[in-house]
Amino acid sequence: MDALRVEGLYKRYGATTAVNGVDLVVPEGEIFGILGPNGSGKTTTVECAYGLRAADAGRIRVFGADPQSDPDRVGRLVGTQLQDSALPDRITVGEAVHLFAAVAGGPVDEARVLVKWGLTGKRRAKFGSLSGGQRQRLFVALALLGRPRLVFLDEMTTGLDPGARREVWRLVEEIRREGTTVVLVTHFMDEAERLCDRVAVIVNGRVRAVGTPAGLVGQYGGGLRVRFTAPLDLDRAKLAVLPGATSVDRHGEVCEVRGHGALVTALGHQLTIDGHGDVELHVHPASLEDAYVAIVGAATEVR
Amino acid sequence: MMRAVRALSWIELKLFLREPVTVVFTLALPPLVLYVLAQVFGNTPNPAVYGGAGPVNYYVPAYIGLVAASLGLIGLPVHLAAYRERGVLRRFQAAHVSVPALLASQLFVLFAGVVAGSVILVALARVSYAVAWPVSWLGVAFSLMLGILTFAATGFLLGVALPTTRAAQGIGMLLWFLMMMVSGAGPPPEVLSATLRAVATATPLKHVIIALQDPWLGRGVNWTETLIMTGVLLVASALAVPALRRRT
Repeated sequence: MDALRVEGLYKRYGATTAVNGVDLVVPEGEIFGILGPNGSGKTTTVECAYGLRAADAGRIRVFGADPQSDPDRVGRLVGTQLQDSALPDRITVGEAVHLFAAVAGGPVDEARVLVKWGLTGKRRAKFGSLSGGQRQRLFVALALLGRPRLVFLDEMTTGLDPGARREVWRLVEEIRREGTTVVLVTHFMDEAERLCDRVAVIVNGRVRAVGTPAGLVGQYGGGLRVRFTAPLDLDRAKLAVLPGATSVDRHGEVCEVRGHGALVTALGHQLTIDGHGDVELHVHPASLEDAYVAIVGAATEVR
Repeated sequence: MMRAVRALSWIELKLFLREPVTVVFTLALPPLVLYVLAQVFGNTPNPAVYGGAGPVNYYVPAYIGLVAASLGLIGLPVHLAAYRERGVLRRFQAAHVSVPALLASQLFVLFAGVVAGSVILVALARVSYAVAWPVSWLGVAFSLMLGILTFAATGFLLGVALPTTRAAQGIGMLLWFLMMMVSGAGPPPEVLSATLRAVATATPLKHVIIALQDPWLGRGVNWTETLIMTGVLLVASALAVPALRRRT
C-alpha cells in the first residue's frame, strides 16, 4: 500500500495559487524528498497531506485515509516535524516528551525515548538552552512518539552546522531502518542525494520532475563538464566532434567541454595526439544540483 | 483527551511559574500596591469615600479582581501570542492537541493563578489590617468564577488579535494600568472625574470589581454586573474561539 497518494492537489491563499495540481505517490518504506525554491508550495503540500490545512481541490490519502474526513486515523498514522515551529523556551526536554506522549496516547516508555535519542543528559534542560541539533533530535523524538508509519520532516537541517546536519541525517536513516516512511522537504541537494530514494522537484506549485536522484542527474544534469587551460593552438572544431561531446566553450584561457560517457577518454586521447599531453583535465560529473537548477530554470522560463 | 488535558495543564502551570513577568504582575505587584494603599488609607471607614466601607475591606476584593485582570490582560495574551509567533500552536495542532484541551489548560492556570494571588492578598490584609471576611462567601465565589471566565475570554481574544508578543506585552500592560487606575483598584471612585468614571464603565475590570465587592461587603450579589460580565464573556468568546481555531 502507498504511504501517501496526492492527486491534483490545489490550494490558494487569497490571490496566490500556492499549489497548482500536485500529484505524488510515496510507497511505504521510502525516503521521499521534496525539493523546490522558496515559496514553491512544498510546505503547503505537506501541510495539506497531514491535515493541517484543507486543500481547495484534489485527493489526498495517507495509507488510504483522508486527512480531512478521518483526521484521527491520519493523526495516528503520521508524525510531523514542522518548519518554523518551536516549543516554549522554558519547557524541559523531559516535560516535552511527557506532554507529547500524553497527546499521542498509547503507552510510551519516556525514559527509553530519551536514551534512544541521546537526550537523557538533557532531560532537565530547558528547550531554549538546547543547540540546533539537540532541538531537531527532540523534534524527531516527539514526532515518533505515537509510532507513526509516515513522518514528514520539513527543512529540519536549515541553520544547522555541518556536524549537526550529519547527526540529523543519521536519525533519518535510523527512522527508515525501523520501517517508517519518510517525506523530507529540503533545500539541500547533498541531503537529498544522500538520503532520498526518490525526489520530486516542485516549482510554482507544480511537480516538474520526479525520480531517483541518479535518474534526475542523468536526465537533467547536462552530463560531464571537463575544464582545462587551453593551449594557444587548440583546435576547438576537432573537440566538438569527439564521441560523447555536446559542446565546447572557451572563456579566456579556460576551455570547457560538456558531454557524456566516453568523452573524458576521447578528449585525453585527442589532446595527447595533438601534443598537449601535459594539460591537466578537471572533470566535474553532473550533480543533483545541476539537475535541479536545470529543472527550475526550464520551469521558470516556461512561465 | 483527559490525559492530554492533565499533562498540558500541569506543564502550563509550571511554565506560568517560570515566566517572571506574569508572576510579578499576578503574585507580587497586587499585594505590594495593596500594602501601600493600606498604609496610606488604613481600614477606618470614611462616609465620603469607598461607599462608606473600610478602605482595606474595599481594596481586597478589588485586588482579587485585579489579579484576574493581570492574567487576562498580560499573562494569557502574551503567552498565546508567543505560542502563535513561535509556531508552538502549529506544533500542538499538528500533534492533534485539540483547541478545547488548550482552552482547558489555560483556564486551569488562570484559576490557579487567581486563587494563589487571592490567598496572598487576603493573608496579607488579614494579618496587617484585619480585613473583614466576606459577608457572602458564596456570592464572592460566584462572582470570582465569572470574573475569571470573563478575563479568560478577554485574554484569549487579545492573544489571538494582537499580532506579536511585543504588541501583547505593551498593549496588555497599558490596559492593565489604565483599568487599575480607573476601575476602583486605584483612587476611590468618588474622587474620579466623570470622564474617568465613563472610561471605567467601558472596561471589564470595573464590573468584575463591583461584582466581587458587593457580596464581600454585604451588599448582596450584584445582578447588573453579573449580566454585564456574562455579556463580555460571551462576546469575547464568540470572537476568540473561531479565531483561535483559524490562527493555529
